[in-house]
Amino acid sequence: MTVTRPLAGTLSVLDRPNSYIGKTVPRPNLDRLLQGRGQYVSDLELPRMAHVVFLRSPYAHAKIVAIDADVAKRMSGVIAIVTGRELEAVITPWVGVLSHLKGLKSAPQHAIAVDRACWQGEAVAAIVATSRAAAEDAMEHISADYEELEAITDMRTALDPATHVIHPSLGDNLAFERTLNAGDVDRALLGSEVVEADFVFGRHTGVTLEPRAVVADWNAAEARLTIYQGTQAPHMVQNIAALHLGLREAQVRVICKDVGGSFGIKVHIYADEMATYALSKLLRRPIKFVADRVESFNTDIHARDHRCRGRIGVRPDGTITVFEIDDLTGIGPYSMYPRTSAIEANQVVNLVGGPYVTPNYRARARVVFQNKNVMCQYRAVGHPIACSVTEGLVDLAAAKIGMDPVEIRRRNLIADDAYPCASPSGMKFEQLSHHASLAKLLQMMDYDALRAEQAALRARNVHRGIGIASFIEVTNPSAAFYGVGGAKISSQDGVAVRLDAQGSVICQTSITEQGQGSESSTAQIVGSVLGVSMDRVRVTLGDTDNTPYGGGTWASRGAGIGGEAALQAAKALRQNILDLAAAILQSTPAELDIVNNSIINAGDGAPRMELNELARIVYFRPDTLPPGIQPELMATRHFVPRQYPFAFTNGIQASWLEVDPETGLVTLLKHWVVEDCGTIINPQLVDEQIRGGVVQGLGAALFEKCVYDERGQLTNANMADYLVPMSGEMPDIDIGHVVSPTRESELGAKGAGEAGTAGAAAAVANAVNDALRPFGTIITEIPLTPQVILTALGRI
Amino acid sequence: MKAAAFAYARATSVVNALELLAAHGDKAKVLSGGQSLMPAMNLRLLSPDILVDIGGLAELRGIAVRGDVLVVGALTRHVDLLGSPEIALHAPLLRDAVAHVAHPAIRNRGTIGGSLAHADPASELPACVLALDATIVVRGPAGERRIAATEFFKGIYETALSPDELLVAVEVPVAGQGVAFFFQEYARRHGDYAIVGLAACAVVAAGSFSDLRLGFFAVGDRPVLAAAAGKLINASVTPALLAEATAALADELDPQEDQQATAAMRRHLAAVLLRRCAAALLARPELEKGATR
Repeated sequence: MTVTRPLAGTLSVLDRPNSYIGKTVPRPNLDRLLQGRGQYVSDLELPRMAHVVFLRSPYAHAKIVAIDADVAKRMSGVIAIVTGRELEAVITPWVGVLSHLKGLKSAPQHAIAVDRACWQGEAVAAIVATSRAAAEDAMEHISADYEELEAITDMRTALDPATHVIHPSLGDNLAFERTLNAGDVDRALLGSEVVEADFVFGRHTGVTLEPRAVVADWNAAEARLTIYQGTQAPHMVQNIAALHLGLREAQVRVICKDVGGSFGIKVHIYADEMATYALSKLLRRPIKFVADRVESFNTDIHARDHRCRGRIGVRPDGTITVFEIDDLTGIGPYSMYPRTSAIEANQVVNLVGGPYVTPNYRARARVVFQNKNVMCQYRAVGHPIACSVTEGLVDLAAAKIGMDPVEIRRRNLIADDAYPCASPSGMKFEQLSHHASLAKLLQMMDYDALRAEQAALRARNVHRGIGIASFIEVTNPSAAFYGVGGAKISSQDGVAVRLDAQGSVICQTSITEQGQGSESSTAQIVGSVLGVSMDRVRVTLGDTDNTPYGGGTWASRGAGIGGEAALQAAKALRQNILDLAAAILQSTPAELDIVNNSIINAGDGAPRMELNELARIVYFRPDTLPPGIQPELMATRHFVPRQYPFAFTNGIQASWLEVDPETGLVTLLKHWVVEDCGTIINPQLVDEQIRGGVVQGLGAALFEKCVYDERGQLTNANMADYLVPMSGEMPDIDIGHVVSPTRESELGAKGAGEAGTAGAAAAVANAVNDALRPFGTIITEIPLTPQVILTALGRI
Repeated sequence: MKAAAFAYARATSVVNALELLAAHGDKAKVLSGGQSLMPAMNLRLLSPDILVDIGGLAELRGIAVRGDVLVVGALTRHVDLLGSPEIALHAPLLRDAVAHVAHPAIRNRGTIGGSLAHADPASELPACVLALDATIVVRGPAGERRIAATEFFKGIYETALSPDELLVAVEVPVAGQGVAFFFQEYARRHGDYAIVGLAACAVVAAGSFSDLRLGFFAVGDRPVLAAAAGKLINASVTPALLAEATAALADELDPQEDQQATAAMRRHLAAVLLRRCAAALLARPELEKGATR
């Protein structure tokens, strides 16, 4: 199902006889994980290790009057009970702002709340004991006195003058505001039909199979802290931990072995994790913190929770003249550290209208504080909001002028030969493929036949709908994302490869693996470029002492940035090997090649020397090498995109579903995605990334929502009441590809990790409205629960 | 999410279990399949001093037909109800209902006795035993008691069982001539507790109901045997009569509001279920549409 648009020129370094690129090969870590030999932080046991449990505020906003832990401290197994005030001696507070997000403000946040708790679930004391159970027993005997304060929960009134200001030193509850005005919106609106809608997005969260987990081990003798943590960004954790504990980075080692899912949840610095590092330093022993499910719901970052007024202008011929949005989001009491909680709203402004040629675009986004759990970046940051608003508006415009949803897109999507170009918000596009993707989608779903089927069923009172959503996706971010704003978050990645004494390859990379297949794609690239079989490539990730410095795996950057570093490192090692082989074999590097673990003649393929023989000579008989040759069987390369701030990808999704207008229940029947992530390293990994992403988008569309009451209590913090999408409700998801490699790297790979999440909810919402067309009902709120649908239909 | 410390006793017989319950009173909890009890303990919503594990009591297992009564042992697991030929023949409503109970891992452990004694108003089996006019058999220090299902459920997680009694079996009349069943529930995900559900048992003769028992669940603090069914018995079921019955049903129900649905939505869905149930049992699809609106 792949349409390839090859780069001009000859064979690349990847087009080799035994290349793994573009092939579905099994992940090297699969057997280990399936045999239960994974090494998750929760598995880790260290001598003298203690467990920490956090007493958490039951109020959304409260003054901490007193914490009496006398009884609890005397209980069996209890090692220490530590308040925020006591922990302050070891760790400094932080403020989650970035300088390139002009005007973004936040207040100092402590590892454990000092004097005041600002959301239900914020830690107010730590109980350290010999086991988690003993700590939980002791926690029941702590008496904490609170004075409940007014909780600010509704983002719509957070900025009212009458509303209490959460952090008085900030002056108001506005964390960030951005406006944008491109083209001439007012003039363009004059000659257009205008449609408006309020789009409402439920607050939800990323539910990882493995919760957040950390073991911090302060070794006083070495004056060194080892942090074992399931994180997406080990070097970022190293930097931040050192900064706030008063250490040099060299005094902190972060080890990240297996991670049971992240989705952006594990790319942030959480207060309870910082407290765990600090407790280890304070108590001079290893401390383990593993969030339980209830804590995860109350403290893992939440996301979305936007209310966005959207407006579109359209002419009778289908030309879209204007996009306009006014977005409002509530992020909790603090901007998250260090990536900040303004990024999602900022992305919404960047991305609305992005697939279309429309030059007139006006936007405002406001980010406000409230007394709920913190919000921050979760898979596809901002994209689902921008895509749902844009595509919802496009469908409304199509309905207004009586045009088919496909036709209006065909008339307004940026032409495939218009690149490079930029969007009204200034996003630079290198090469996208909206029209090729649309054409492929229509063919895969057999659009016309589906419309005929829909009409036939409608006559029998069966209400099915088709929804389409085009999208663009930010991948391979350069320093433009965080570095320019002052965050010590690397946008470059490094890979070191070396040939061992038996001709196998050891590869260390700064990207991380959380289940998406970073280890596999790295091994595929290194094996292909070197000419070594994958079973001889061993990849090491997630250890700040033992990998090059780099950003990690987030923002769909692992394959595109870390993959290119792997390619360049393998190329350098390959050249070193060929130079050496030429000297040994009295040939020239150009006459030789490496294929299937052997040096061969490039011309006739005749075998010359196995790699293990070359390694034997280099390591054990260097005396036999020609004079003046110093073999270098290790090479390191780094990569960062410089030309484009982001490698934009694009794609399109479609949903086919049925709505029961009597019950309000939606049955998903089929979902299609066409996606263009450039070079595909492993088709199965890419497809499963997209499917997983789609499922999270479908969760947002129909199921997932953190339900808060008016006092700021999260009322569904468990897996029975917070509904994650389950396999039984998921449709088959067909995936196709268009391939437009980026020219910024030799690899040509762009990211694919967030494409599915970006557009799935928009496709479903459009399909539900399409199904309900006979009822004259338009719904612009997700999740589309039976209650929402029945209410909109006037059934209840 | 670690349970508070508790003692554990594995009962060796029903008599032994009753002795343990007598000794510990309401400080003891009976452990059957553990599918509701263990999560509640791990969340520290419940902290019993002692668990009396009845899992090893073979005398509480098994499904048998005695005359015109189907006897289902309290420890019969959901998966056994799903696969039992006796259930399929004599009380297929239980089989149909169990397919909606959670997921295979839970059905492999959960028991009918545990479900009935737990008395979650949103669970399927309590409504089924109402519709089936079953009898709950319990044993206590004073011997055996037989409680009609209609008298058994007293409120949210409340039953006619006293702390020193053990639910030992369920007796279900075997399905006779002309008996038909209907089971449907609305949940946002398969396997979740229902937003509203209906377990129905009817006798259909010559195109009308000569009996109709409607066991609604997730519509109040306990499963409800709807009196509105009476309007449809021995009557010619027209859309108008059905509308009358659904209106009576809406009056009769007192549903709670929660995160999934308002009370109004539950009343609405109960009416939809009643229409669909009548249409299915009478094989008259046109009834499903109800009165036009």
